[in-house]
Amino acid sequence: MALARGGVAPKTWASRSWWTLSVACLIAVIGLLFSIFAFVISRGFPALKPQLFTTVTQGTAGGLLNAIAGTFLLVAIGLALVIVVGLGTAIWTVEFAPPWAKRVIRFMIDVLAGVPSIVVGYFLYVALVEEAGWGFSLLAGALALAIFMLPYVVRAADVAFSNVPRALREGAVALGARPAMVIFSIDFPWALPGILTGLLVATGIGLGETAPLIYTAGWSNYLPSLAPTHSPVGYLTYVVWTYISQPFPESHQLAYAAAALLMIFVFVTNLLARSFVEYKTNRSR
Amino acid sequence: MASMDIRVGDTARAVSPAALQRTGSQTILTVLTGLAALASFAIIFLILFFLVAYAYPAIRFNGLGFFTSMIWNIGNQYGSGTISRAGFSAQPGASFGALVFIFGTVVTAALTMVVAVPLSLMVALSLVYTVPRRIRPIANALVELMAGVPSVVYGLWGMVVLVPWIGTKLAPWVTTHFGFIPFLGGSAGSGNGLAASVFILALMVIPIMVATTRDVILAQSNSLFEASMALGSTSWQAMTRAVLPSVRGGVVASVLLAFGRALGETMAVLMVCGAAINSFPQNVFGPVNTIAAVIVSQLESALTDASGMAQRSLAELACSLFLITLIINVVARGIMRGADRREGRAA
Repeated sequence: MALARGGVAPKTWASRSWWTLSVACLIAVIGLLFSIFAFVISRGFPALKPQLFTTVTQGTAGGLLNAIAGTFLLVAIGLALVIVVGLGTAIWTVEFAPPWAKRVIRFMIDVLAGVPSIVVGYFLYVALVEEAGWGFSLLAGALALAIFMLPYVVRAADVAFSNVPRALREGAVALGARPAMVIFSIDFPWALPGILTGLLVATGIGLGETAPLIYTAGWSNYLPSLAPTHSPVGYLTYVVWTYISQPFPESHQLAYAAAALLMIFVFVTNLLARSFVEYKTNRSR
Repeated sequence: MASMDIRVGDTARAVSPAALQRTGSQTILTVLTGLAALASFAIIFLILFFLVAYAYPAIRFNGLGFFTSMIWNIGNQYGSGTISRAGFSAQPGASFGALVFIFGTVVTAALTMVVAVPLSLMVALSLVYTVPRRIRPIANALVELMAGVPSVVYGLWGMVVLVPWIGTKLAPWVTTHFGFIPFLGGSAGSGNGLAASVFILALMVIPIMVATTRDVILAQSNSLFEASMALGSTSWQAMTRAVLPSVRGGVVASVLLAFGRALGETMAVLMVCGAAINSFPQNVFGPVNTIAAVIVSQLESALTDASGMAQRSLAELACSLFLITLIINVVARGIMRGADRREGRAA
């Protein structure tokens, strides 16, 4: 697109100043972003001490072991749920659904993606924590994350399965492969990078969620008990939110450390996701 | 797509019934994956069902006052007796008016779009046209990374950096020098409030809008731009008067999606909004509150309500938020699908 620059008409000056303004906007936005990164890193890294990873929080101080373990446990169980349901949904949509059902499913997934996280949280609070009597619990929190991650996984898998080359599948069917065989030996290996990208994006979102967990996972100073219900679980985002409002410097340290850890986790999942995308585009060339 | 495409689900139908017997796995697979596909329906239905059923007493008790009253008061838990309306009772003195929160939600989200839409368009245009090809992947990666930053991290930055800056620098300066303009005068406040919420929300939705706008522009072929240039327009005119209008639908849809996101955002707003109860902001720096934020901040006090009406009223708030975002998202997706078809992108 960088053709035909230059020219001497007066209106080029208008054009140039508009473009300058747009570059200024870009620099301003990226600059603000950097200042947020710099803030979290500069406050968070000094607070990252080894004992954070070995001790649990006590009152307003202590370590983050319970929150780190809780975060990973919640995301892992949420991911397990979402892999089963999300990939099932994508396979059915791509392979079995009649065209109208395909449109309806895609629409419902879009709608689900737009539901505010706090609404999901309050719904599960009413349905599971209160009515079903589970109390604040691991399973309720993991379900909240799963509902929140589902649209991202389904969309990614939907696109990945839809892009499997037709010739490959025709060949397999012509050779007498059964549907299950086509799905598991042709579709899956081919779509894997796309699916993994979707799962990683979902992981990043799950790691950073707060609102749906406040009402479902609760908070605990202790290591997660692994009991599915009646036992609250701690998580990192809660530490950022509550401990920064405490009046004590040591609780602020914990909040900054938790924020830095979250940024690192999100950064790593993002990088991994991008590398899968690169892998995919390189291979399909 | 269409009839040329071969799908494994169709093969069983294409071959003879005898072959169907061999593929019993087909049935199991269809049923299992079909059940999974039902999950998204079930979730949306259950969310609506549980919230409405749980909120029903509150809907009856509050009536229209829910949307017209600005007083949110869970009542006196030590008072004697209860008050009762429409057959449902609450603590004495209770009033559940959501006007302040509905106002706060709509105004913060709307102002956010006023700030964020022009900025996002500028950033997207700059990303597409001015950023050198070699740097572009880095700029793109930054934008996507920004979209992935957890909202509590934005909230943390907002609380520790942005709010004090607004409270001690920006707000006093603006109120003294521009106080004659409506909504800019009056008390400078603490920094927590409408301005801080809008600032944070704008930072959060800009990456979403930039990414979508950039993608729809890049998906458009170069010929429009080149034709416009050949007719003598400048690159800026070609971009804003030929290319941008041609992807109008996609841009509008991304704006609506971002609006939905801004309406529903919880944590970052909760941490900088000033948690207004029973009052409207007097100027752009005044404290506000949004539906999403109030659901989090009011739960603890709602749990002390022995009649349970406060919790049910929070559910009514959640219902309202769900319906508002649902409508906006459905409209946005409709526009996006239509625009994708019209503007020639793969839907």
